[in-house]
Amino acid sequence: MTALLRTEGIKKSFGGVHALNGAAIEVEEGTVAGLIGPNGSGKTTLFNVITGYERPDEGQVYFDDRVLTNAAPDKVFAAGIGRTFQLTRIFARLTVLENMLVAAQTKDRPRNLLAWFGRDAWTHQRRHAMELLQFVGIERHADVLAGSLSYGQRKLLELAYVLVADPRVILLDEPAGGVNPTLVNHIADRIRELNSRGKTFLVVEHNMEFVMGLCSTITVLESGAVAASGPPQLIRTDKRVLDAYLGADLEEDPR
Amino acid sequence: MRGRTAERALKVAGLVLLIAAAVAFPKVYTNPAVTNYGVFAMIFVTVASAWNIFSGNSGYISVGHAVFYGSGAYAFGVAAHGWNINGTGAFILVPFAGVVGALIAVPTGLVALRVRRHTFIVITIAFFFIFQLMAYNLSFTHGTSGLNAPFLNWPAASYNTPFYYIALALAAGTIAISWLIRRSRFGLQLRAIRDDEDRARGLGVKAMRVKLSAWIISGAITAMIGAVWFYYITQIQPNTAFDPLFDLVVVLMAFLGGYGSIAGPVLGALIIEPGTLWLNAQPQFSGGAVSEIVLGGIFLIVVLFVPRGIIPTGGEWLTRLRTRGRPAVIPATSVSPSPPGPASATSVGSGSTGGAR
Repeated sequence: MTALLRTEGIKKSFGGVHALNGAAIEVEEGTVAGLIGPNGSGKTTLFNVITGYERPDEGQVYFDDRVLTNAAPDKVFAAGIGRTFQLTRIFARLTVLENMLVAAQTKDRPRNLLAWFGRDAWTHQRRHAMELLQFVGIERHADVLAGSLSYGQRKLLELAYVLVADPRVILLDEPAGGVNPTLVNHIADRIRELNSRGKTFLVVEHNMEFVMGLCSTITVLESGAVAASGPPQLIRTDKRVLDAYLGADLEEDPR
Repeated sequence: MRGRTAERALKVAGLVLLIAAAVAFPKVYTNPAVTNYGVFAMIFVTVASAWNIFSGNSGYISVGHAVFYGSGAYAFGVAAHGWNINGTGAFILVPFAGVVGALIAVPTGLVALRVRRHTFIVITIAFFFIFQLMAYNLSFTHGTSGLNAPFLNWPAASYNTPFYYIALALAAGTIAISWLIRRSRFGLQLRAIRDDEDRARGLGVKAMRVKLSAWIISGAITAMIGAVWFYYITQIQPNTAFDPLFDLVVVLMAFLGGYGSIAGPVLGALIIEPGTLWLNAQPQFSGGAVSEIVLGGIFLIVVLFVPRGIIPTGGEWLTRLRTRGRPAVIPATSVSPSPPGPASATSVGSGSTGGAR
């Protein structure tokens, strides 16, 4: 069985800094895969390369056995890869419901110019959007400007509006970063629930408890290359990982 | 629910009354000196609304819409001379000017819309000067001597009336288009681009296509009303058709009224254009210098004290009055009590709100 999402030998430099140095990862369909590594190991850069925000210097991205390297972000999303950002990015001056509908439009492409201006076509999308808001638990804020949401609610909104277009894989960049423990559990529950319905995830996270409890496989990045890969219990005890990541993390990361 | 129906009925009644007043205006005030105000007001309501369709929704501030205005005027003049069309029939060339505006919008948009914010503003200004220079130097624009409009074939006493109604129709059409875009998925995509273009692309929005479409719509309308304006004032030169003051005044109208909203640019145009005309008509202020100083002063006041414009700020005051100080939005507490996380949480929103200025 080949992986749903796969990268091969990705290299990316910014000036003299090698952010990615041959990173190769695989995400099997229907799993929650974890991606960990010390700060600056290239996790977010890899996300950016996969989702089209950065062009790799070398290497390939495959999705569903098709080459996706260098595709623009909207093409990547249309292909079925959704993502969230480390610092949540929502549309601050749109309402929460409008935020949801931004992603809704790719699902059924307007057939003509009139459909572009039509509103009736939105009815089922609105219903779907409200269901998803209910699912993450912020439906009471549907008509509030997204800019007035709290940080945690923004995280939930970001997860919800990626879900609108029903992507096959969702890349989460630190879904538990900077939110309180109750909400961390809530987010983990939502991910598990979605995964049980067949959704595939690739999660970058510093919170080790969160990653170990959620992911079935974990890939460790170090200096832009894969240092180790395997199930959580293996990673937890891997000598190289402890040296490379956990040791370094304690020293470098104030958290 | 009953309150909402009543409010809607009130809005519809207000709209009908406004349209009736606009239609009746030249019947009530037949003095050409007065209807002149009406013609110019309608021209600039159209221009400001067309500007707002692109810039107000997308957050890309264009300071080069005179490119479309002047090109529309020249296209109208050149076509009227070339095909020897005069009188009322010349108005059929107004849509032709719109087509020319749309055709100009495609290459200019493909270039300018590749860059954002300040760089975009600078590029629109550069396009403005390119077009003005072309008008000076191309053979069919007749250089500094400019063009004369087609001859008229209706009585001088009602000279202004056809222009008023055509400008009114264009203004109403533009407002209607603004409203349709506002409630459409196209408009939502534009506003998503305004808030965070990269994030929108990552959610499947084809940003270039959406921006370019709005730019073309905006440019085509501006070119059409430019043609009407030229026919009305009867002659143009490169420095009047491509007037840097026009660019700034349009932006000021939208900012004063509240750009991004539909009523904002309309209100801004209705305040500024007649005001400028009145100041220029006063013998003691002759020469137009005083009105320019006043415009500059208004610009300063708007940017400093009502940066979001009259309509949004006024709406906020009304809400505050209605709710008597109680918060109008639901306090943000559902899943999480309050985030223990970084203080940057709140500044994310306010940062991106201020970004579009």
